[in-house]
Amino acid sequence: MKRIFTPAFLLLTAQSFAQDIKPEMADSFRSSGKIYVVVCVAAIVLTGLLVYLITIDRKVSKLERDLKSLDKTSN
Amino acid sequence: MNIKKNWWKAITCVLLFYTVIEGFLGAVPARDILNETIRNLYFHVPMWFGMMTLLFISVIYGIKHLHNGAMRSDLIAREAAHTGVIMGVLGLITGSLWARYTWGTWWTQDTKLNGAAITMLIYFAYFILRGSVEDEQKRARLSAVYSIFAFVMMIVFVMILPRMEDSLHPGNGGNPAFSKYDLDSKMRLVFYPAVLGWVLLGVWIMSVRIRIASISEALLNHSDTHPTS
Repeated sequence: MKRIFTPAFLLLTAQSFAQDIKPEMADSFRSSGKIYVVVCVAAIVLTGLLVYLITIDRKVSKLERDLKSLDKTSN
Repeated sequence: MNIKKNWWKAITCVLLFYTVIEGFLGAVPARDILNETIRNLYFHVPMWFGMMTLLFISVIYGIKHLHNGAMRSDLIAREAAHTGVIMGVLGLITGSLWARYTWGTWWTQDTKLNGAAITMLIYFAYFILRGSVEDEQKRARLSAVYSIFAFVMMIVFVMILPRMEDSLHPGNGGNPAFSKYDLDSKMRLVFYPAVLGWVLLGVWIMSVRIRIASISEALLNHSDTHPTS
């Protein structure tokens, strides 16, 4: 992925050099490739939170089933 | 998990991963002052979309309760408002941080900002009201009526008043709106999926909260009818 993106972003920076004054963007950060570290970290955090939410969701489903069987046995 | 019932949860996950990956790697227009913080559009703004969706669900179920008197509608209204307020608080915090690095201050006396803060206070009062009424039916009716007022005030403070005055916040008064950036078709490709993804996440959390609350209600009723078991 690095091999494809680095030249692509270099191309992007080359294009923006053509302008006289350009707003400062994180171009060097991106061309050094380290932005992927941030994306990975954010993706891991998101994965963790979503897995957590799915686990809670399943636990609630189990409780709903337990409650149903409780109602059946007591009636 | 049941695919037929839970397909939208899978879509939520896909949309959020797309948001996080494309949100950082995708191309954005280069703007002074904003710089890379323009990417906050994918994270800060969807919080408000999520809050509004959830508060809308809350007021709809509040009205539904007034209509049919069902306690289940009141329960849904309560949990939707709870999740909505959480998203609103996240919107306030992220907005404040963004303001610090673009406007140079954590907070300004801006109609949009103060309006959003007042909206949160109005909804805090909703929960205080709920907590202060003992009788179930009375609490449900009172809070449903109050939530209609709260929702209308939210629209006034967040959508109407800021548009009538000048504001630093994009999309208001004489300030160039974010539509200028939204018009960037590359950003739209991330922004719309991001909004949908975060809104769905809010609805997902709300649905889990509703189910937990229903279980505890059922358990309470169960121990009432079967005191020995």
